[in-house]
Amino acid sequence: MSIDLPPKIIKEIDREAKNEQEKKKLLEKARENFVKYLYNPHETIGVIAAQSLSEPATQMTMRTYHFAGTAGIQVTLGLPRLIEIFDARKEIKTPTMTIYLLPECQTMEKAKRVAENVKQVKLRDLVIYDVTDLTNLEITCKLDMRLVKGLELDAETVKKKMQTLKKVKIDVDGDELKARSTTFDIKNLYKLKYRLLESHLKGIKGVTQAIVNKENEEWVIHTLGSNLKKTLKIKGVDSERIASNNVFEVMDVFGIEAARNAIIRQARYTLDEQGLNVDIRYIMLLADLMTHTGIIKPIGRYGIAGQKKSMLARAAFEETKKHMISSAIKNESDDLVGIVENIMMNQVMPVGTGAFDLYGDIPAGAAKKPEAKKPGKKEAPKKSGKGGKALVEKKPASSKAVKGGKKKK
Amino acid sequence: MASRIKRISFSILSPTIITSLAMVRIVTSDLYDVDGYPVEGGVMDPRLGVVDPGLHCRTCGSSIGDCPGHFGYMELAKPILNILYVKAIYQLLKISCRKCGKILSKDAVKSVKELGRNAPNKCPHCGEVQGKIKFVKPYAFYEDKEEMSSEEIRERFERVSEEELKKVEFLGGRPEWLILTLLPVSPVTTRPSITLESGEKSEDDLTHKLVDIVRINQSLRENIDIGAPDFIIKDLWELLQYHVSTYFDNELTGAPQARHRSGRPLKGMIQRLKGKEGRIRGNLLGKRVNFSARTVISPDPRISINEVGVPDVIAKELTLDLPVTKLNMKQIKEMIEKEKVNYVKRPDGRRIKVTSENKADIIENLTEGWNVDRQLQDGDIVLFNRQPSLHRPSIMAHRVRVMNYKTFRIAPQVCPPYNADFDGDEMNLHALQTEEARSEASELLDVKNNIISPRFGGPLIGLDLDQISGIYLLTHGVKMFDKKEAVRIFGEAGMDVEVPDKEKLSGKEIFSMMLPKNLNMEFKSNCCKQCDECTKDKCLYDAWVKIKDGELVIGTIDSAAVGAFKGKIITKLHRVTDTEKIKRFIDDCARLATSYLARRGFSIGISDLDLPPQIMEEVSKRVDKAEKGSNELIQKYNGKKLKILPGLTAEESLETQILNVLAQELNDISQIVEERIKSSDMIVMADSGAKGSLINITQMAACVGQEAILGQRIRRGYIKRTLPHFKKGDLSADAHGFVKRGFKQALAPAELFWNIMNGREGLMDKSLRTRKSGYMQRRLINALQDIHVTDNLVVKNSVGGIIQFMAGEDGVDPSKSERGDVNWKE
Repeated sequence: MSIDLPPKIIKEIDREAKNEQEKKKLLEKARENFVKYLYNPHETIGVIAAQSLSEPATQMTMRTYHFAGTAGIQVTLGLPRLIEIFDARKEIKTPTMTIYLLPECQTMEKAKRVAENVKQVKLRDLVIYDVTDLTNLEITCKLDMRLVKGLELDAETVKKKMQTLKKVKIDVDGDELKARSTTFDIKNLYKLKYRLLESHLKGIKGVTQAIVNKENEEWVIHTLGSNLKKTLKIKGVDSERIASNNVFEVMDVFGIEAARNAIIRQARYTLDEQGLNVDIRYIMLLADLMTHTGIIKPIGRYGIAGQKKSMLARAAFEETKKHMISSAIKNESDDLVGIVENIMMNQVMPVGTGAFDLYGDIPAGAAKKPEAKKPGKKEAPKKSGKGGKALVEKKPASSKAVKGGKKKK
Repeated sequence: MASRIKRISFSILSPTIITSLAMVRIVTSDLYDVDGYPVEGGVMDPRLGVVDPGLHCRTCGSSIGDCPGHFGYMELAKPILNILYVKAIYQLLKISCRKCGKILSKDAVKSVKELGRNAPNKCPHCGEVQGKIKFVKPYAFYEDKEEMSSEEIRERFERVSEEELKKVEFLGGRPEWLILTLLPVSPVTTRPSITLESGEKSEDDLTHKLVDIVRINQSLRENIDIGAPDFIIKDLWELLQYHVSTYFDNELTGAPQARHRSGRPLKGMIQRLKGKEGRIRGNLLGKRVNFSARTVISPDPRISINEVGVPDVIAKELTLDLPVTKLNMKQIKEMIEKEKVNYVKRPDGRRIKVTSENKADIIENLTEGWNVDRQLQDGDIVLFNRQPSLHRPSIMAHRVRVMNYKTFRIAPQVCPPYNADFDGDEMNLHALQTEEARSEASELLDVKNNIISPRFGGPLIGLDLDQISGIYLLTHGVKMFDKKEAVRIFGEAGMDVEVPDKEKLSGKEIFSMMLPKNLNMEFKSNCCKQCDECTKDKCLYDAWVKIKDGELVIGTIDSAAVGAFKGKIITKLHRVTDTEKIKRFIDDCARLATSYLARRGFSIGISDLDLPPQIMEEVSKRVDKAEKGSNELIQKYNGKKLKILPGLTAEESLETQILNVLAQELNDISQIVEERIKSSDMIVMADSGAKGSLINITQMAACVGQEAILGQRIRRGYIKRTLPHFKKGDLSADAHGFVKRGFKQALAPAELFWNIMNGREGLMDKSLRTRKSGYMQRRLINALQDIHVTDNLVVKNSVGGIIQFMAGEDGVDPSKSERGDVNWKE
């Protein structure tokens, strides 16, 4: 079999070889050795990947929060995070972004400026105190003008931003902001106060923290809360290196391949952080499985395991009744090509050593086979009441069968 | 295996099939007559199959076990909705015209659900105004607030044509079949009755249910026949609907569960199939097996890693099936003579138990073509397993060694893959019954072929605990043995090696004798002190290992070299030799280490943790400094002068900074302990990586440090304080879980309490974690199980869909790699 050497090895050879001839020799040797490392045909890579990912998970901590570096951002880690990734949750517990900056923003002041533009500011953040005047049905907020100025705002612009609130009249008096509901209703006053304080003034909605840090001689912003689309519009952000831990967002903005890489990175990071050693190839396989249809599919009931073609495999996992009924209505048939299906039928499953058959010419005279005992034993399981029909067929000499039988040595 | 099931298709049972399958029409609710014989026409009719031993089936003539059972049927007095399909019935009612029976859409139907939600109120084909269909769980339908009887629904469905059904993917049969007029009665073999000791018969849940159905059905028919008032008929009809529904599924929303007389809910058809103990997961995917044994495990340091010590009582009970041939006739006769054969089986199927009385007879009659059940003996290959079987190496093949006593004996080196220890763990053993299984086991599952983990490409098996201490002591520094002593060590290890003719041998030389001659490597050992600048082969601690041509030149062999998970030598050996030699290397190292350790002696005591008084003083100074540091922070916090960390509140900043200060000081104490504690076997264990670490030693000898709950200082307890003997609002280290003392000095009462709190958190975490990760594993396996590599390294799922064009992007099997890397040079 001709197999391409991975680029990593070719690079190493390029570095080591002094001339063309030597390079050729090394390539030859590498190719010869590389074959020994390849998978055996029909290896059940999936089961091994699943075990390799979940066996160390039993050793993971449940402790959810952790300080990511020195940045002071708390993110979900450990087993809950791993489950979150595999479940492909749309709403993750702690979305974060890592924002790299363009070369022209590589000073602390400029980085901080970018961070200010990213972080959301609500009225609540600028208010020193607020008074609810029940007689006049009025709410007075005293603004911290120092903060307001620091954010390059002033009372008027704050007022303008607040104009979007419905049924509210807002007046500004120096550093005081007065809000009055146009409907005279005491009950609504508290609601109004909440709406008022929660109103969004600046930055990106949902980004509650943005911390500037120096990492590897470079200014980086870590955020709690993630919104790639809006962040990319902010000046100074390096759009080629920005990262989010929300894989769905990555898919929406950068496409499925980026989402696949995000899954790999996130799973890898979660495992590494716990000091668990899992070969990256298994994580890649899982990420590929989750994304190979072009959308992110979770691994559970509503994803890969629940959308298999085989009804028996689906029924064996979860929601037995649902799958049986719908397959009867649709007149589905199960080709028994998977693993559980064949285990159910008490047949050899078509993977690993079971993917091969031994056949050849039987020498004359030796054809006398021992009589098969109990012919009734290998019978289709009863599907009473469901109209199940079992088609028993003679096994044809499989064209796939390999001469010589057994794999491995 | 002659035949193979290729396909199973699913559809809806039609009345024609129901009658053609049935052998009996069930008409009476009686089960047995006065003499205790089943009544004909009852639900235990003898033509439905046999369940009593000794009787023959009235239909097929075979006896119990061979008779598969036969269906019966029952005519329902009124049509009954099949509860399993009510959702489908609801959908179809909504999307089909009440008059012409056509689907309420002119175009092709994209989504049945969508159409059901926005069905037009006028038929696009005939213009008939449609009623609003309402479904009330579990089985009532209303059209414009008027209840629909199942007869009406059935009639309406009869009008829906075959083409129309195709449009909405209703392909499993006629929709009117979803409303039952005939009820199939399941064979008695599916619901056998149990005869109690008192002679009383106890019937299966399904039989009870069927009796109810027959009875109600009868009285409904009688009432219809005599022209009873409508409300009586309606009541009975609904009762029959309830019973038929719970016969199928007894976990309906909106209907009470049908219960047994004792109050236990009855098991419906669906309940039999569903869930972990249901037919699918409990009987089809998981089975109970014969030829297996289970007992407690205990260690045997001399046994090989791919052996298992089997108690003789178990070996006598487990057998292998062996055909008698020309070639093995003599051995088998010998075995029978020694009573190592339990049964002989004649070609006619008769089994004869071998006893001391009849063995002579049997030996005489034994001919080719017979089979014998031979007892397990040394060298047989068996499967060995410890639950939970989390990964492939949880089941491996071992060779049998029959031993006395009653535990399975395994080498301590194979504990890591099984995650076993000897505090009462039990393991399972399976004797393999076919030659195919045995050869597959020895090729694929043998322990020696599973030394490298497929998870990370490193060793799963290596020296454990004492064995590492032993090999460390043997190879650390310069230890000289005269030849006699060396021979003794090898002798006690049970190793037959040629000791070079030298006056004196070093420990390193002794170890080198087990290495293959083509081994060359250099690495840092576990006892490396992580100096700022590594002096490599001039290491003061003998921590730089250098092996040249299979000779240990310098360095200490410890867990980094031969331990499980780490063992660099084992990983490397996988490249340069075959698995048999690696197995022997691990075995020999372990035996050698044990033998040396036994000669040297190894013990730990409380005095190992003694620190000189001035060091203790130094430690308590550090503890004071830690407390002072945290108090300063608290003062700053109270004075609102504390540095607020980005993104945190003042309280959180304080907590974080206190934790940092305390951790820093504990770290310093650790350094002091490391430098100043006197060498002892306790330290050897930590240095070699056998067990324990510097942190454990520090905690025992000097200071335990901060106990944390959920990663934070302990806060719970009373209002504003953790325990009543602190002041309210006390934020000091003392009051929030800082343990000043070491375990050796004994903890103060409050400190012990903190420590136990921490311990409890660990327990809760563990039990929660096992459940969560167990379910995650099940889902992962279900998602990934069908995925496999094909001949050309393409990764596909069971139906041929491509997942990866090249397995793992480079085609490399991690279990063949060196920790994921390819060494292309060798």
